[in-house]
Amino acid sequence: MDLLEYQGKQLFARHGLAVSDGKAVTTVDDAVTAANEVGYPVVVKAQVLIGGRGKAGGVKLAANEGEAREHAGNILGMDIRGHTVRTLWIEHASDIASEYYASVLLDRQAKQPMVIFSVEGGVEIEQVAETHPDKLVRHHVDALTGLSREEAVEIATEGGADADVIEGVADALVALYEVWLAEDATLAEINPLIVTPPLPDDGTGGGGRRVKALDAKVSLDGNALYRHPENQGLSDSENEDPIERRAKEEGVQYVKLDGDIGILGNGAGLVMSTLDVVAQAGGSPANFLDAGGGSDAAKIKQAVELILANDAVKAVLFNIFGGITRCDEVAKGLIAAFEEIKPSVPFVVRLDGTNDTQGRELLQEASLPNVHAAATMNEAAEKVVALAAGAQASAGAAA
Amino acid sequence: MSVLVDETTRLCVAGMTGKEGSFHTLNNRRYGTNVVGGVTPGKGGQDVEGIPVFDGWEQAATAAQPNTAMIFVPPRFAADSILEAASVGVELVIAITEGIPAHDELRVHNTLKRDYPNTRLIGPNCPGILSPGKANVGIIPASFFKEGNVGVVSRSGTLTYQIGNEIAQAGFGCSTIVGIGGDPVPGSSFVDILELFEADEQTELIVLSGEIGGSAEEEAADYIADSVSKPVVAYIAGFTAPAGKQMGHAGAIVSGSAGTAAAKAQALEAKGVRVGRTPTEVAEIAVEILGAVAADR
Repeated sequence: MDLLEYQGKQLFARHGLAVSDGKAVTTVDDAVTAANEVGYPVVVKAQVLIGGRGKAGGVKLAANEGEAREHAGNILGMDIRGHTVRTLWIEHASDIASEYYASVLLDRQAKQPMVIFSVEGGVEIEQVAETHPDKLVRHHVDALTGLSREEAVEIATEGGADADVIEGVADALVALYEVWLAEDATLAEINPLIVTPPLPDDGTGGGGRRVKALDAKVSLDGNALYRHPENQGLSDSENEDPIERRAKEEGVQYVKLDGDIGILGNGAGLVMSTLDVVAQAGGSPANFLDAGGGSDAAKIKQAVELILANDAVKAVLFNIFGGITRCDEVAKGLIAAFEEIKPSVPFVVRLDGTNDTQGRELLQEASLPNVHAAATMNEAAEKVVALAAGAQASAGAAA
Repeated sequence: MSVLVDETTRLCVAGMTGKEGSFHTLNNRRYGTNVVGGVTPGKGGQDVEGIPVFDGWEQAATAAQPNTAMIFVPPRFAADSILEAASVGVELVIAITEGIPAHDELRVHNTLKRDYPNTRLIGPNCPGILSPGKANVGIIPASFFKEGNVGVVSRSGTLTYQIGNEIAQAGFGCSTIVGIGGDPVPGSSFVDILELFEADEQTELIVLSGEIGGSAEEEAADYIADSVSKPVVAYIAGFTAPAGKQMGHAGAIVSGSAGTAAAKAQALEAKGVRVGRTPTEVAEIAVEILGAVAADR
């Protein structure tokens, strides 16, 4: 689950990582009020889960109330690569001396957490990795003991942080690791991690240059949300596809795609493979839907409703190879769905695996209208592609 | 021979008293697997159709001497359950549970490595292991497989059934089918299982079924080139998956250019591994090679 910048910054603040004071707002008036509160100059930042906000005009500096109002009005509602801006983050503008980069992530290959640090921040880190690999420190952390302060100092030093901010960078790295660990994040990234010019002593630890997170990119592990009830309402739910959002609420693994053939299968691997086989047969899948292991009739019926909620769907393919899932339950679910929803599009059903004979018999007895049986996955894919094309042709003829 | 599970398996199941746990444990026993006990805290002394239930792994180890554990408990209890089984010396832990937090998996992996290096973890979020004709531990529908000389290792459960079934319909069987699971931090990787199949006399051909995300297939490709003499046929799922979207398996997400199905297929083919574009094609290639192997004898 990816978080918006301001949500990530709130997690940062929770763990003692320095961020600028700011406010998240959803209207122009609130934006102006927030700007007046945090003090000019302010930065008005679009909150969307997509990169390149600055280039798209979604990040603007405002020196006074008039500019704040103008920028907020322009950015709210703006479309940034398919994401509508519904929320703004207003923060006091920071003076910047240097831009660094820091992140903590799960290195799947090494099966360890990894801290990445570079003094070449503010640009795409992939680019730095390519052009200046020597300017990128990659440091594996022992997952069982965590990141020590000494290690953090070493990382900052090795990465070439300025001598006067080594301690500040180390503090930031330790706090970022704490965010990653305590919040069950899979990624916690700051780009840029800025160094400010010397600041007057404000009584919080002397003057000198400070280290601060100017941006936040945090991904949380959905499987761990049960231990973080306070994080459950986060993310950019308003920009989610409405069917995907509904699926999430119902606990169904559903991803919307661009095509017109609805897909239901059991097991992520088999569903991915089904999408591929349908594409190879010349079709275009409308969704990924994994009914999961051990789905009962009620869950199958619910899945059919989700698939058909997408108006683009012209035909539906059920591809089931039952292990923990029982084919008779799938058949019962489909029959129940037909009784209630009475779908107008054709279905192709392929059932193999646990209780497949019972499942096929149930379907045969029910003799649902426009439901076609297929013996193999390839045959099922070819049938459903032909049916979807036929539906298209007849729709075209009617028009 | 076969790998990991066979007639010598002594299975103890954490979560055996649950609905799914008991259903599949009894299925495994019906297949011939020697199920010696189950573990459910607070239910020690009960039994599931004659299989004794213990309160913890200590008691199970003392009374029933299991050498294999199957984990069927809910995600929030799974990590501790795996580590407890390892702590009493169980050598093989097969975790079926889906939805374990990634940080728990990381802790389990690194704790096993540090404290219990003799315990091998398969999964989590996997369908288990089947050695046809010998033992079945997990949720793989055994009736679709028969005994033979193909070793199968897969990140996906149902996809494994699909491929194994097509091989069986062509008249061939399997030595062992190993589901390593689709999570970001699996206990065992393709490389671990390839090593076992390479050393297994019964296995003459290996089918590797991968999917988008991570770099396990690329690592497998390098390992095959360096250390595997037996023919390997591969399948990769997820050619049509869009980048940045998670396709069910927590591990199956493509970010940037790495981890795509095309890149994985290319990495394998570059090392001389034949990659089938559909499960059916994988079975066809496997059967073609097996036919040649049989003709050679």
